[in-house]
Amino acid sequence: MNIAVTGDDLVVVRDVGKTFSEAGGLVFGRSQPSVRAVDGASFEVKRGETLALVGESGCGKSTLGRLLLRLIDASEGEIAIDGVDILRLSSNDMRQMRARVQMIFQDPYGSLSPRRSVAKIIAEPLEIFGLVQTRKQRRDRVAELMIQVGLSPTFMDRYPRQFSGGQRQRIGIARAIAVDPQFIVADEPVSALDVSVQAQIVNLMQDLQKSRGFSYLFIAHDLSVVRHIADRVAVMYLGRIVEIGPKKRIYDFPSHPYTQALLSAVPEPDPETRKSRIILKGDVPSPANVPTGCSFHTRCPIVQPVCRTERPPLVETASRHLAACHFAKPHPIPL
Amino acid sequence: MTIAPSLSRQQPVSSTHPGPLLKVEDLSIEFGPEGTAVRVVEGVSFSIDAGAAVGIVGESGSGKSMTSLAVMGLIPSPPGRIATGRILFEGVDLLGLPRSRMPEIRGRDIAMIFQEPMSSLNPVMTIGDQIGEAIKLHEKMGREERRQRIIELLKLVGIPDPERRLGAYPHQFSGGMRQRVMIAMAVACNPKLLIADEPTTALDVTIQAQVLELMHKIRRTLNTTILLISHDLGVIADICERVIVMYAGKVVEDADVKTIFRSPKHPYTRGLLQSIPRLKDENTRLYQIPGMVPLPGTIKQGCPFFPRCPDRIDKCARETPPLLEITSQQKAACWVSAGATS
Repeated sequence: MNIAVTGDDLVVVRDVGKTFSEAGGLVFGRSQPSVRAVDGASFEVKRGETLALVGESGCGKSTLGRLLLRLIDASEGEIAIDGVDILRLSSNDMRQMRARVQMIFQDPYGSLSPRRSVAKIIAEPLEIFGLVQTRKQRRDRVAELMIQVGLSPTFMDRYPRQFSGGQRQRIGIARAIAVDPQFIVADEPVSALDVSVQAQIVNLMQDLQKSRGFSYLFIAHDLSVVRHIADRVAVMYLGRIVEIGPKKRIYDFPSHPYTQALLSAVPEPDPETRKSRIILKGDVPSPANVPTGCSFHTRCPIVQPVCRTERPPLVETASRHLAACHFAKPHPIPL
Repeated sequence: MTIAPSLSRQQPVSSTHPGPLLKVEDLSIEFGPEGTAVRVVEGVSFSIDAGAAVGIVGESGSGKSMTSLAVMGLIPSPPGRIATGRILFEGVDLLGLPRSRMPEIRGRDIAMIFQEPMSSLNPVMTIGDQIGEAIKLHEKMGREERRQRIIELLKLVGIPDPERRLGAYPHQFSGGMRQRVMIAMAVACNPKLLIADEPTTALDVTIQAQVLELMHKIRRTLNTTILLISHDLGVIADICERVIVMYAGKVVEDADVKTIFRSPKHPYTRGLLQSIPRLKDENTRLYQIPGMVPLPGTIKQGCPFFPRCPDRIDKCARETPPLLEITSQQKAACWVSAGATS
């Protein structure tokens, strides 16, 4: 199948879905309901762009991020990176592709091996892809990378536990940029960090992007951080993208009632603006039992009968701004 | 919805005790063997009037949670130890009370809610029984009366269909619902002081909004005094009238919430406020405070913020600034803000 690639698009995603189904348990013998974690995701990430993927726990944003790197396999759909349909690559070819796509994880405590020195951790991808030959080359390259992420190379023989959370995240970033990737999926990279450390890491990630020109898929739940780092924003709810558009449009004229509620729910660090919040009723339904029609209809403040039966498609409400709502209306939220 | 008299009984605005409800004086907490102990909280003083909502904000390691645990008498000991200070609750020093008296006060006079409701709830006990246990401990009441009280509490915190839900177990609830159950347990005996340690940090933003609304409702209906511990200034601005900023185990600023946001006097507070990404501002570069929070016990002399401070003067390296009064509404532990120049 052909995927139309325009020169600008680095990553093209078409109708990607993922169903996790579990076989009956050994002990209880009951089969688990299958979970539709991602459903019909279609979007592009342009070269040098940051697309933010936002949503609450269980919305499928992390699964979608992993699908794009083929860390888990999609159930259906097409994913092209730089024109290459990665779902059709052999495992050998995919390994080569991994030099061009990298991941930064949320938990800088859990994602770095505690038994390996920082030098070993950062050098691992360099060695896998044969980018360094000698020990000296390796140490020089690691030192260079450590400087680029704001760590002192004198610490290269230390172990992760000897570093703070922010420093560990810098190590994770150094490892991700070591092979000079074109595309980085960053899954909640700053949400485990303190505010002042978070600012340092956000700035570092932006500086690196500016100097190296790669693209980010920035997965986050914090809309304030996203406002600072994203070029475009995609909002997910129960496995589906419900709104996507340029950052300015999403923040100034959110069109889906879920996006509007999300934005209005953020407590602003300013006691003089008491904003009127849209308080959604209830919890997010289980992804194993997604409501019929529009999956947001059980919590939607403007729900109509049609929403219970017909699933709204993602349609353009303004130039490059799409929303999946029968009654999508750009509605500024007083922030 | 009607709230039965047992719940709507409000705390008298002025109790029999004339001073503040809670007064913490020169509190220091140490960890580790004596002699080599590390101070994680040092010389913390503040007070909270009955009916107020006060927030303590700080980053990891600032000592904010340790301070609140000390008020509850929950510092793990050993290895922890309260080295100095007094914690006066309605004028009575809690640290001077025999250990056996604290369980009486916890739950009835002072209650606490934690960040992670799942690890604070008993997984093999129904939520009705868990709330009932808190009531049983402190109040004499018949079974049926207690059951009614539990149902009222569940209604108050917004658990739908409470008659049926009180037989459910914690794992049958979502994170937001569990936090509501925790709040119901905490307010079961109508405590005078409710300590909430990062009550919404583990929750999604739409669920956080629900729980913040609930905290407002608890305050309105029960007139509970609130001490809120959070790293999130947005959450603090939503609930509190006053905020205490902690850094490296010390209080560095204490002011009413509007003043602190409008004109912070401690350079750390200023840096913290500037480094928060804001929803309404898309200025792409975030302000960053240089350096890192010092490890506990590494700053022996001078202001703990000195190595990172943009406004530092020589005096800051030599002498630790006490919490100085800037106006009647604002105190800051900073020589420069207090007018020193060299």
